[in-house]
Amino acid sequence: MSDQSPKNNMRLKLFVPVAVFLILSGLFFFGLTRDPNVVPSALVDRPLPEFTQPSLYPEEGVFSKQELLGDILLVNIWGSWCPPCHAEHPFFLEISETENDITMVGISYDYSMEEDRLFLEERGNPFDYNVVDLDGSLRIDLGVTGAPETFLVDQNGMILHRHIGAIDSIIWKDIFVPFLEQIR
Amino acid sequence: MIPELGNFSLVLALSLAVLLSVVPMIGVQKNNELLMTLSRPLCTGVWVFMVISFGCLAYAFLDDDFSVAYVASNSNSLLPVYYKFTAVWGGHEGSLLLWVLMVASWTYAVSLFSRNLPLDILARVLAVMGIISVSFLLFMLFTSNPFDRLLLNTPADGTDLNPLLQDFGIIVHPPFLYMGYVGFSVAFAFAITALLSGKMDAAWARWTKPWTNAAWAFLTIGIALGSWWAYYELGWGGWWFWDPSENVAFMPWLVGTALIHSLSVTEKRGVFKSWTALLAIAAFSLSLLGTFIIRSGLLTSVHAFAVDPERGMVLMAIILLVIGSSLFLYALRAPVVKGIASYTATSREVFLLINNIILVVSVAMILLGTLYPLIHEAIYGEANKVSVGAPYFNAIFLPLMGLIVIFLSIGSISRWKKTSMDYLKSQLLKVAVASVLLGIVIPLVVTREVNVPIFIAVALALWIILGIGRDILTKTANKASLLEGLKSLSLSYYGMQIAHLGMAVIILGVCLTSHYSIEEDVRLAPGEQIEIGKYTFTFQGVNREPGPNYAADVGTIEVQKNNTTYMTLYPEKRTYFATGTVQTEADIDVGFTRDLFAALGDPRGDGAWVVRLHVKPFVFWIWMGAFLMAAGGITAILDRRYRVREVRQQETVTKTPGAMGSLKGA
Repeated sequence: MSDQSPKNNMRLKLFVPVAVFLILSGLFFFGLTRDPNVVPSALVDRPLPEFTQPSLYPEEGVFSKQELLGDILLVNIWGSWCPPCHAEHPFFLEISETENDITMVGISYDYSMEEDRLFLEERGNPFDYNVVDLDGSLRIDLGVTGAPETFLVDQNGMILHRHIGAIDSIIWKDIFVPFLEQIR
Repeated sequence: MIPELGNFSLVLALSLAVLLSVVPMIGVQKNNELLMTLSRPLCTGVWVFMVISFGCLAYAFLDDDFSVAYVASNSNSLLPVYYKFTAVWGGHEGSLLLWVLMVASWTYAVSLFSRNLPLDILARVLAVMGIISVSFLLFMLFTSNPFDRLLLNTPADGTDLNPLLQDFGIIVHPPFLYMGYVGFSVAFAFAITALLSGKMDAAWARWTKPWTNAAWAFLTIGIALGSWWAYYELGWGGWWFWDPSENVAFMPWLVGTALIHSLSVTEKRGVFKSWTALLAIAAFSLSLLGTFIIRSGLLTSVHAFAVDPERGMVLMAIILLVIGSSLFLYALRAPVVKGIASYTATSREVFLLINNIILVVSVAMILLGTLYPLIHEAIYGEANKVSVGAPYFNAIFLPLMGLIVIFLSIGSISRWKKTSMDYLKSQLLKVAVASVLLGIVIPLVVTREVNVPIFIAVALALWIILGIGRDILTKTANKASLLEGLKSLSLSYYGMQIAHLGMAVIILGVCLTSHYSIEEDVRLAPGEQIEIGKYTFTFQGVNREPGPNYAADVGTIEVQKNNTTYMTLYPEKRTYFATGTVQTEADIDVGFTRDLFAALGDPRGDGAWVVRLHVKPFVFWIWMGAFLMAAGGITAILDRRYRVREVRQQETVTKTPGAMGSLKGA
């Protein structure tokens, strides 16, 4: 027995790789069960990028980041061509009524400003500011992967949270409200 | 019709691959030569049907067959014809098809070029590779079939290939990367065979080495191309971001590097056997993991593929099966391939072991950094996300690389079994003194400033270069002339030195670029100019010009050097018709000692634009170094000793009856 045990130790060591691998697999399976839509953004806890963008309504001229700062901002990237944006639209109308301390900023893709204006006219306009991202530069700065995406920005212009995909009342309650409670 | 043919070929390839993974194994078990011999034609069959299948998908792309869902979502009738072809691997399904085609091709290549392998070994190697084909063919047919049709609502036109991928660099990047990833399956199959048969001798290492080198060289080029692409296509002027998708390609490369070195020890000295087997398994496992991490959207990355948890689950199951079972096999069988040899503390074996340890530690640290966000989330919950960025990786990786370079010259100059301290001193003391002194003096003279990181980098690079020179001089000293001596050195020796030289070149490129690049983001109105280093950039405005499937804003930037016109750069900002995506296309003047880089930012009214201008010294050396490394790997393959027929001593191997009650027994 006495000369057996070092040998057994040796053999046990050989199982280390497979053990490490199994732990990793566990981690991966955990990773797969996550909601892939909740993507951490490199921008979280960073200031909202600087921008100067034209308004959806040409008579309003351009908006820059500086003009918007001061309130809590909910920045929504959307487009009239995007079905999930249609889905979240009624909920945004609802928040724009109930959450008075939040300034809502809509950034629309540049497919057709005409269609976008028509859409807001027909279904209601939840946004305090409507900005178009004509050249895609703001989307690139924000690291937007598609529409819709929504950024929550605090009074100092720091991005608190990024959400990919449509927002409904459940997501709002679970994810956005806790952030809002911190900064209100 | 053609897509159905492609689909049918895939099914045929799968059926043959199933036979390939079963029949030769049974043959080895029963010592039935006929069944073992069948492995060769089966390989050919799998390969032929994979080629047909790939051809069918390519045809569907070139023919604008938008009834094929994959074509519809990755092509467009306006797409230039060469991008239509490369769009075949522009998305998940097609790149998976390419992946399996490459497994089949490597398998076929092994069956062609290994005529001198003992039949039972060949049969097992091919069968193991067959198993890999089967798993990924099943994955493709059941979750990601590239030939799925959209017959009821056939779209009139496709949604276009992602504009980021409409570029030469990205055309060739994935094939090289996959050739590398998949190429490690050969070393993997050889390792599994060795574990099964318990035979792992010098001959085994000699069979495995060229395949590993080839895969490693492909991976080197693949990674370099990816970094080059990021450099000019993403428009950031950076060339390495420690992004998860880069890390997952880099880890198998590092393990592959370790494997090449430890294979040398196993070949020459018959030791480190089970370690070599473990590295071979690890290199391929990390390649699979790389595919998995990118495909499943497990980690956020700048250029991740489509997120699909269901595919992720299936891939994970495959990986669990393939890697898990091979590591389990390793745990059971590793003691069988134990080597016995003696060496002292200053032998080449020990220095190569140190190299291996540093490389493996680097991989572990990179893996930790890459997965840390996931680990953190698993422990602290979803609300607490962290990201691990370049500072962590640089802080860990750079010192480790410095350390490995110090041992690089010592290792490659020392001798097997026992190297006396006196010999090392006589060879390297002058080299060490010279590289430290020159490492300080040269940068000081050229730049007139004290910059310690630069001193260290230049000294390390010189340490490698002078070490190579010293070693060649020693090795040729007793020949009639230097030329005579150079002729007598083997190609595998030259391969090693070329690759090491590549390392020195990369060190210089990385360090000089990082420290001396000048980067300016400025707003320029037409006619305005800015001076950067020796160069004056004059912005001449932007014109709109049509492209085949996009419209481009083309900037004109004149560059002057010493008040004389030097060249003109034309950076572009393209808007692609099909998707409306805007894509930055930097214009770069590539030079041996410096790159001039110009990219367009945003228009700022009145013809003024934000322009990004960089002067990047020696950045080209990074890719030149990578190319040297790959060239070194290929040169070593050409060495005579990998081509000579294996002699008698192997004959006994064929006779060992089936050897393996292993899986049942232990």
